[in-house]
Amino acid sequence: MSAITISDTESPPAEENYLSAGHTVRSWLLTTDHKRIGILYLLSILIFFAVAAVAAGLMRMELLRPHGWFILNETYNKLFTLHGVLMVWFFLIPSIPAVLGNFVIPMMIGARDVAFPKLNLLSWYLFMVGGACVLYSIIVGGVDTGWTFYTPFSSTYSNTHVILMAAGIFIAGFGSILTGLNFIVTIHTMRMPGMTWFRMPLFLWSLYSTSLILILATPVLAITLALMALERIWHIGIFDPKLGGDPILFQHLFWFYSHPAVYIMILPGMGVVSEVISCFSRKEIFGYHWVAFASVAIAVLGFLVWGHHMFVSSQSIYAGMIFSVLSFMVSIPSAIKVFNWTATLYRGSISLQTPMLYALAFIGLFTIGGLTGLFLAALAVDVHLTDTYFVVAHFHYIMVGGMVTGFMAGLHFWWPKMTGRLYPEKPAQLAALIIFIGFNLTFFPQFIMGYLGMPRRYHNYAPEFQIYHILSTAGASILGVGYLMPVIYLIWSLRYGKIAGPNPWRACGLEWETSSPPPVHNFDQPPALPVKPYDYDTEADYG
Amino acid sequence: MPGFLFPNAATEHARNVDWLFLCLILISAFYLAVIFGPMAFFIFKFRRGKKADRRPIRIKTWKIEIIWTVIPFFMMMGIFAWAADLYYQVERPPANALEAFVVGKQWMWKIEHAEGNREINELHIPLGRSIKLTMTSEDVIHSFFIPAFRVKQDVVPGRYVTEWFHPTKVGTYHLFCAEYCGANHSEMGGGIIVMKPEDYAAWLSAGAPRDSLAASGEQSFRNLGCSGCHMGNSVIHAPRLEGVYGGPVPLVTGQIVTADDQYIRDSILLPASQIAAGYSNAMPTFQGRVSEEQLVGLIAYIRSLANKNPPDNTIP
Amino acid sequence: MAEVQPSLREQFDSPAQQREASRLGIWAFLATEVMFFGGLFVGYIVYRHSFPHAFAAASRHTNLLYGTLNTAILLTSSLTMALAVHAGEHGARKQIVKNLLLTILLAAAFLVVKGFEYSEDIHEHLVPGPSFFAGGDPRQELFFYFYWAMTGLHALHVIIGIGILSTIASLAARGRYNAAYYTPLEVAGLYWHFVDIVWIYLFPLLYLIGRHL
Repeated sequence: MSAITISDTESPPAEENYLSAGHTVRSWLLTTDHKRIGILYLLSILIFFAVAAVAAGLMRMELLRPHGWFILNETYNKLFTLHGVLMVWFFLIPSIPAVLGNFVIPMMIGARDVAFPKLNLLSWYLFMVGGACVLYSIIVGGVDTGWTFYTPFSSTYSNTHVILMAAGIFIAGFGSILTGLNFIVTIHTMRMPGMTWFRMPLFLWSLYSTSLILILATPVLAITLALMALERIWHIGIFDPKLGGDPILFQHLFWFYSHPAVYIMILPGMGVVSEVISCFSRKEIFGYHWVAFASVAIAVLGFLVWGHHMFVSSQSIYAGMIFSVLSFMVSIPSAIKVFNWTATLYRGSISLQTPMLYALAFIGLFTIGGLTGLFLAALAVDVHLTDTYFVVAHFHYIMVGGMVTGFMAGLHFWWPKMTGRLYPEKPAQLAALIIFIGFNLTFFPQFIMGYLGMPRRYHNYAPEFQIYHILSTAGASILGVGYLMPVIYLIWSLRYGKIAGPNPWRACGLEWETSSPPPVHNFDQPPALPVKPYDYDTEADYG
Repeated sequence: MPGFLFPNAATEHARNVDWLFLCLILISAFYLAVIFGPMAFFIFKFRRGKKADRRPIRIKTWKIEIIWTVIPFFMMMGIFAWAADLYYQVERPPANALEAFVVGKQWMWKIEHAEGNREINELHIPLGRSIKLTMTSEDVIHSFFIPAFRVKQDVVPGRYVTEWFHPTKVGTYHLFCAEYCGANHSEMGGGIIVMKPEDYAAWLSAGAPRDSLAASGEQSFRNLGCSGCHMGNSVIHAPRLEGVYGGPVPLVTGQIVTADDQYIRDSILLPASQIAAGYSNAMPTFQGRVSEEQLVGLIAYIRSLANKNPPDNTIP
Repeated sequence: MAEVQPSLREQFDSPAQQREASRLGIWAFLATEVMFFGGLFVGYIVYRHSFPHAFAAASRHTNLLYGTLNTAILLTSSLTMALAVHAGEHGARKQIVKNLLLTILLAAAFLVVKGFEYSEDIHEHLVPGPSFFAGGDPRQELFFYFYWAMTGLHALHVIIGIGILSTIASLAARGRYNAAYYTPLEVAGLYWHFVDIVWIYLFPLLYLIGRHL
């Protein structure tokens, strides 16, 4: 690896690359190039993220005072529904898989494209149609059910545009399914000769596990939302107790999808961290097989723990115990990963560039999120904590502290590959620091508030919680600044960034063996396959 | 229990949960130490450009992997068992508890004591007694959450669920709805008022003297016309209800069910689904004609008949 | 790289790789479909377990004659589909087209029978709602909720199947498939067998299960 010399920083990017292959709108909207589809996803999820972030900002402003001051009850309820729906289905789930995964998976295995490029484009269109439905449902008045759509509130009592929003999620869900299907087939059948399963980068193991969840869990969400919508139209009673139905059945079906979906929202982040930790320690990942199988174990066990969302829902106490013990078990593979990442640092040559900062932040925040998950898996403690701010803080540590941080790590890591230019290092490091501080200030007080008994989804609250809400809102303002900074310097770098060359990080992995940005078919000559993944020579390298 | 950061604890169970919580915090601190201690040290020691020993590691890594898989596993199982034991206790009400009924609706809690006293969004209870709440909802799912007791139970329409606690401290505590239930979800709450037994007795008698819950149930039993078939000697063949509650009921289908709150509720609302052996499907549904409060009264009334025998002159 | 084949898409190195990808793709898709129908099956099983007698009573109102006829039609169509794929292995263009047309015809016959059945069901007030025949028992209504949802979703799959098979048939007629390349035919065949198998589960659950009581 070290044989590759950094190319002359003054030379222009390669003559013909995937970006210069066409400049018309049509060449983008009808592209089947996985790299361009990745960029389309990047732009679209950022729009959804912005809308959802504004909703979060409004809520945090409103919560400065115990009895509210500028938002009505109904509006507040619509804001958290919007925030949840957009962040979960239109930002987190597609973030790493559909943006970074689409961009690098084929290159990582030495392929020209994914197995089904047209299907890949169709996924994006389904995603956009779904997103348009959701945005339209907001414009015509919004939805107030929460992203969980619990029956019978959603099926009978809510007077808002539930069906429209559910239809949007249903359609986008099929986009996710097709993306997962594409990745599974690509990883199985498109690997270049010699790229065996255990030579694959860990990012691929994590995305493979993610894809399994996408294709097996998402259809259950689709049918559940469809049944809920039918119930709303015809009032037949499948979830309505007045007609003999059972509203708890909806929760079982919903969490059968939505708990595995939590792993859709963390496994890809773990994959990015494995790449980045290894590269910036210049060291082979510690316990490759253990980290790889931990991904698969998480995906499999993740299907068996949905009932831990329902410990107080009146399910049987014995069911509660089984789900509790399985939930403790799913924490083991996550812990294995964290230990292995830490061990990777030992005897490495550590450079704290921006992707590495984010990766280290990921480990820290994910660990806190995971440890607080143990509190929630512990039955008697969960009875007190469930549906409080403790849960809110817990899943934000996983999803924002984990997945969004992982996404930032990956975005900075592959940004030179995507654009051919380097982002400016100092502002990027500063932004990472600001995000880390802002994030903790936003969400740590919520753990305390939750244990003190502050229920979630509360617009008005008891005055003794105000101090924590003020801290949280202050943190959110810092966090907002932190997220704005990358937007500015990344756009700036498109024009003024240093030319990156094929491999600015001297990283292992086939995607670094082609020019930046890569040519349309990824490789001008077949890449040379290394004998093992993460073939860093730490000792020779440390200079 | 350390006072700072820990909320008001007004039951034995709350203190037990706090101990478990504290233990979890210590375990978390332990993990954070074993992860971030070495991590900080490695980042310091092996920074690029620093002289350090970077030779490849020559030990069997699988041994290390086994260690950090097995040790957490046993810690997890220990925590699981402790938490499950506490959960088992808090999910099973004791037999001698004082009873009250709770009906949740958008957006209030309606409470009826066995003595007939009614309250809204407030629950007065005596110190030193176990209290058992039987709860249901008129519309959507709510959740009866008392942070100071560390108890919470979703209140599901169409079902009776229970929650119990044994307060050990006089005071007024928050009552919250913890399951999102619509526009005024955050206003659906009030207070749990724990009083000294003598104050509670005074409070009970100060409330407008009303019929007990069972007596008002008997009133409904007549007003709704139930007594016409189930009590009189009318031509319609319907089971007498004395001695029914709590016992086994053979159904026409050959199944045997227990006549608990849920069975009586279902028999009133969906009579066609579980017909007692020897009877025909003659009863109309009372779905939509009887409120949740009336149902609660009817159940209390039928419960009060549990120890009585049907008069001898009735046709079996 | 292998010789240039018109049917080989640019992302693949060899026809074998392309075929493997297509096959794995359809199996993964069918796994998704199983989970999709699975949600309905779970709902059906839960309520059947809770209200066995209401479900048995309601299921006696389904039309056994139409159901049995449709089972026979679909099983036969699976045979003709298998024959079409078999013909594909030999590149026998006429046989492919003939068998595909037979399959499409049987699929259409299934829909016609289903149409008659649905109109009778409507006539007999088997549609959940205000005019439902057993108005006092919402639990029988639940059975028919599942009846309509499951058979409706299945019929939708049959309609999509007719569309897919027609496309494949017209491409086959134009000689697009030969013994070396007939993957789309094979993929469509797997989809069609899946549609049949779903019916094989629906038929006993909805039509037969209440009859012996």
